[in-house]
Amino acid sequence: MSQRLLIQINGEALEVKENISLPELIASLKLKPEQVAIELNEEVVRHAQWESTTLEEADKVEIVHFVGGG
Amino acid sequence: MQTDRFEIGGRSFTSRLIIGTGKYRTFDEMKTAHRASGAEMVTVAVRRVPLDRSSESFLDHLDPALTILPNTAGCYTAEEAIRTARLAREALGTDLLKLEVIGDQTTLFPDNEHTLEAARVLVREGFVVLPYFTDDLIMAKKLLDAGCPAIMPLAAPIGSGLGVQNPANLRIMREQLPNATIIVDAGVGTASDAAIAMELGADAVLMNTAIAEAKDSAKMAEAMKLAIEAGRLAYVAGRMPKRLYASASSPTLGIVR
Repeated sequence: MSQRLLIQINGEALEVKENISLPELIASLKLKPEQVAIELNEEVVRHAQWESTTLEEADKVEIVHFVGGG
Repeated sequence: MQTDRFEIGGRSFTSRLIIGTGKYRTFDEMKTAHRASGAEMVTVAVRRVPLDRSSESFLDHLDPALTILPNTAGCYTAEEAIRTARLAREALGTDLLKLEVIGDQTTLFPDNEHTLEAARVLVREGFVVLPYFTDDLIMAKKLLDAGCPAIMPLAAPIGSGLGVQNPANLRIMREQLPNATIIVDAGVGTASDAAIAMELGADAVLMNTAIAEAKDSAKMAEAMKLAIEAGRLAYVAGRMPKRLYASASSPTLGIVR
């Protein structure tokens, strides 16, 4: 049975499965990878590194996209 | 005006109007206004993706020919702005950045100190930093020295529609920094405001609310396009001096009496 991790995504506490990769996380949130950018513990994770980035307990993730603005 | 192009960050534009994408009632209205404006560059904001519902891609609603200028709106510290900038660059693959670090929620006036700090870091990281700041000559010089290729003094508070509140400041800035690229950003309300900014020597004007909150945004977008062209032409033409007293336009000799 896989462990669960408690992490923060966009300021909300969420449980995810252990060893989940960033692409899997994005897919599970029904987001399109090419439309978002990810920050892990206040550092941007480049798209090329998503696959090789695994999450750990208490990680803080920010997932952003673009909206209208001045 | 074919050869009077506006250059920024290695890119060349015909239009001297940069517009925002916020506050429109519908995406269709936004697209129509954008087309009417002739703008070639638009700003966008960076925000957390909502996790509780699906959201369509905002970028899909923009004309693909437009150059996108991400902003750091909503940031109150240099650190927040730097993080936002890096995320925007990763998502868009552009080095262009409108740097906005706000000091106060009511006035949305920029925190010049944090803005300068963020500008220095981001210029070092290779960003093309276009900083929004108060119309302060000393601050302008510091931002240019920090490596910003252009500076963006405000005309009046964001979304206020008051127009250029301190024309003397902008004139001084243009005279003292003759080679700087100056983009008036924020506070423009109607066409004459944009024309005045250009007549004072601005290289371009950035606006959002003036168009988005007009009753007919497409008409206002067109008005702004024409106003900026007129203001630019008037500036390049070199206006007549102001006089306290009259100077007759018709000859004073040969009058029938």
